[in-house]
Amino acid sequence: MMKKRIQIILRGIFKENPAFVLLLGMCPTLATTSSAINGLSMGLATTFTLMLSNLTISLISKLIPNKVRIPSYIIIIASFVTVIDLLMAGFLPDIHSQLGIFIPLITVNCIVFARAESFASKNGALDSISDGLGIGLGFTLALTALGFVRELLGAYSIFGYKLNGITFLESLPSDGIIIFILAPGAFIALAYLIVLFNMLKNKLIKNN
Amino acid sequence: MEYILLLIAAIFVNNVLLSQFLGICPFLGVSNKVTTSMGMGGAVVFVLTISSIATYLIQYFILVPLKIEYMQTIIFILVIATLVQMVEIILKKVSPTLYQALGIFLPLIVTNCAVLGIALLSIQNKYDLAKTTVFSLASGIGFALALVLFAGLREQLELSSNVPKSMKGTPIALIVAGLLAMAFMGFSGVVKL
Repeated sequence: MMKKRIQIILRGIFKENPAFVLLLGMCPTLATTSSAINGLSMGLATTFTLMLSNLTISLISKLIPNKVRIPSYIIIIASFVTVIDLLMAGFLPDIHSQLGIFIPLITVNCIVFARAESFASKNGALDSISDGLGIGLGFTLALTALGFVRELLGAYSIFGYKLNGITFLESLPSDGIIIFILAPGAFIALAYLIVLFNMLKNKLIKNN
Repeated sequence: MEYILLLIAAIFVNNVLLSQFLGICPFLGVSNKVTTSMGMGGAVVFVLTISSIATYLIQYFILVPLKIEYMQTIIFILVIATLVQMVEIILKKVSPTLYQALGIFLPLIVTNCAVLGIALLSIQNKYDLAKTTVFSLASGIGFALALVLFAGLREQLELSSNVPKSMKGTPIALIVAGLLAMAFMGFSGVVKL
């Protein structure tokens, strides 16, 4: 049983990585990754929502009539998002204001809904939590990686610490390739990260 | 004048897709053909405007008087889902031709974060009803414009065979979207809000 759960978690991180493979939840992926910290906190907020909504839905899915399941799932998800929104506003006000409307928008993040519909409604509670954790961690990993790359290239800093004393190529701007912090850089950085992820994945599959 | 500025700012400068990243899923999902993207764009303009007005009314006539603003997310998503369903039913009866064009896109719009996002943004920016209407209409037009432009680019992209193997599909589409976003950045500074 334990082995199966670990497999469920790993599947969410690699084989079905939501941001790199399934291409779900693109809005927060692009919008909140101007720095690694923002990406990480967005990812964790989504992970909590996923775990809680998966747990609840797996427990009560037999009680919900099939016809009204979609509105019911939406309300369950929206309730947990509200909880997280209020918790973050109370305890992490800085990050909360940085992420702005993208915290309430977790409600319409397709990943959360997709996992509720395709996994949690058909599986047991512990499996569903594992699935939420795996998918959530995969999402967090992807967002942190994208935020890391964008922050590194766009502001020459790592998790908020400025890299001083390192001279890059003379022709590069002195305080960051600003385009990577701005909107177009999000698209371009994500494109190259997906290529990299696919190449790594193909290599791993070949080796096995 | 204020309204015209708001209109231009929301369509070009703060384009909902390319600078605010709201509604990226349909942007990548239904942008293979210009005709389908036009249908989707039209449906979004329609739903976005109606739902922003509805959520504005609910916020200021129900949530604020009852002091339950913290229920915003839950109520708004329910209202949007209901509204989309209603629009679908009404459209089917009143204008079958329009329903033919927009019908299949309507259910998809519920999970389009642009709709909830613009509704929340109008409240956050403290717009009045007129401004909310203009802002949501312009955001919808901006969404449709970017979507149709992007679909046109992707149609051309399908024809070219020079794309490296590992870049095919989504990665190259994302690069094209990045270039389009760069082009839209040229509008920044045209209007200051």
